[in-house]
Amino acid sequence: MIWLHRYARLVALSTVLLIGAGGMVTSTGSGLSVPDWPNTYGWFMFSFPMSKWVGGIRYEHTHRLIASTVGFLTIVLAIWTWRVEPRAWVRRLAFAALGAVILQGLLGGLTVLLLLPPAVSIGHAGLAQLFFCLTVTLAVVTSPSWRVASSPLNDVMLRRITLATTVLVYTQILIGATMRHIGAGLAIPTFPLAFGHVLPPIWTTGIAIHFAHRMGALVVVSAVLLTAAHVRHWHRTRAELMRPAAMLLLFVCSQATLGALVVMSSLQPIINTAHVVNGALVLATSLVLTLRVHGRPIRLPVVGGVPTPAGGDVPLLDKHLRGVRG
Amino acid sequence: MQLKSLRAFAAATVLAAAASCSGSKEASPGAPPANAKRVDESKAGNVAGRVTIEGTVPANPPIKLEADPYCASQNPNGARFENFVVDNGGLENVFVYVKDGLGDYGFDVPTEPVKLDQHGCQYRPHVLGVRVGQKLVILNSDDTLHNVHAMGKANGEWNKGQALKNVSDQKVFKSREVMLPFMCNVHTWMHAYVGVMDHPYFAVTHDGGQFELKNLPAGTYTIDAWHERLGTQTQSVTLGEKESKEVTFTFKAPAAGAN
Repeated sequence: MIWLHRYARLVALSTVLLIGAGGMVTSTGSGLSVPDWPNTYGWFMFSFPMSKWVGGIRYEHTHRLIASTVGFLTIVLAIWTWRVEPRAWVRRLAFAALGAVILQGLLGGLTVLLLLPPAVSIGHAGLAQLFFCLTVTLAVVTSPSWRVASSPLNDVMLRRITLATTVLVYTQILIGATMRHIGAGLAIPTFPLAFGHVLPPIWTTGIAIHFAHRMGALVVVSAVLLTAAHVRHWHRTRAELMRPAAMLLLFVCSQATLGALVVMSSLQPIINTAHVVNGALVLATSLVLTLRVHGRPIRLPVVGGVPTPAGGDVPLLDKHLRGVRG
Repeated sequence: MQLKSLRAFAAATVLAAAASCSGSKEASPGAPPANAKRVDESKAGNVAGRVTIEGTVPANPPIKLEADPYCASQNPNGARFENFVVDNGGLENVFVYVKDGLGDYGFDVPTEPVKLDQHGCQYRPHVLGVRVGQKLVILNSDDTLHNVHAMGKANGEWNKGQALKNVSDQKVFKSREVMLPFMCNVHTWMHAYVGVMDHPYFAVTHDGGQFELKNLPAGTYTIDAWHERLGTQTQSVTLGEKESKEVTFTFKAPAAGAN
């Protein structure tokens, strides 16, 4: 099982690389540099000569190859999980990841063939993050620590805050993806003010989406600050919560800085891509914290006047997903 | 009774088929209607002129050719964007055309194609005109890959790869469009602009911003001058029979940092 967990981590890490490669495709405007799909200029994808990886093709073709690799890794993950994992919901999760990566590949091809319609490209970007979340979840729930009993966490507030933060981060990523794919990254070209004002003096669709992303950043930073403060105040002895909370704070601060730099550098591709990748890391960290908070028993059945973990070391999330009440 | 119905149905089917066959014989795009007025060249005049630019013209930024070693090898002294091509105060690569005023005149579509070449990792020419219905041949003279990405509105958007040297594609546009941008996403600095016109009165400025619109019939015309960075300027010109007129368009250079 430990090797399955390590492998799931590898798949999640590969997905970070894939999101980065995809980010570079959009940031460099290379999305249409290879006009055909699944072939590459008529060549079978894997036999396309390296000497022809020039200009934008380098980004687009590399993205396709990494995507194929991640797809293959996910097939192995699904089969492996199916064979060794006793929990049915984890097995289903692994196959959901496989379905997501297949759909993601189809969306990627479709957006090239349809000349990057924003709806399809935004869907591709949004599904990428969902697939990443699935791989992160698989890595978390197959970890040895997930199955080890820990002291109870009677904190309904933290459950709500972490879940809300994760949903907010994902929503913010979707707004960011919309901004990128409708070409509104510089719709407000100044930072921190919008055209010298707190509120934009003129409104277009691009400006509205861009401004929504900036406001979304404030909301997400506030939610993360609240989460981190809550964890630090109430659970400072719980390393498994303190660690992701601290990382979440670090990533969200980096993310806000990178967001400002994206505008100030006029969409410099590497900074732009770093913003996309770091956004995925914010989401993943928030998800890990959420899973750990939700995966711990909240109310323990009282046996002989003493709270006792029901069913031994099975965390609450396991029980919920199996339909077992703790 | 049944036989009559069958005959009627058969007759209707034959008529419908005949009608659909004759209907499928559409006029080729850009071809003038049979009753169109024709220009009498013996009475036609000319509009000639120049497009100039005032102020300090921003320097064209250098192109990062290292993205493709072949492109770097074809431009040993480097290359720059062609945002502003200025010669002696005259602005080149401006598309000048009659926007309005031709009324019911009709014009035959030229049979010789117009060529847009990808050479030295640049589109040549950078700005050009083609007639509705006329063939545009897009050639890859480079020993590297290009994708031809046309981003038309009236004529649609398409993207075609040209992986080998000397391959070409032909396109015929069905609608007037000023301008139809082309780009290569492999070499993102490569841009071309094609003016698709339904008449022959257009020109691209050259040699210090000069242009000429020949054989215009007498009339009052709206003439536009389009530049990729500076937008469009419009003038009205009234031309008598056999008359020649001079027109000058003057653009203002953009503020520093606007390049």
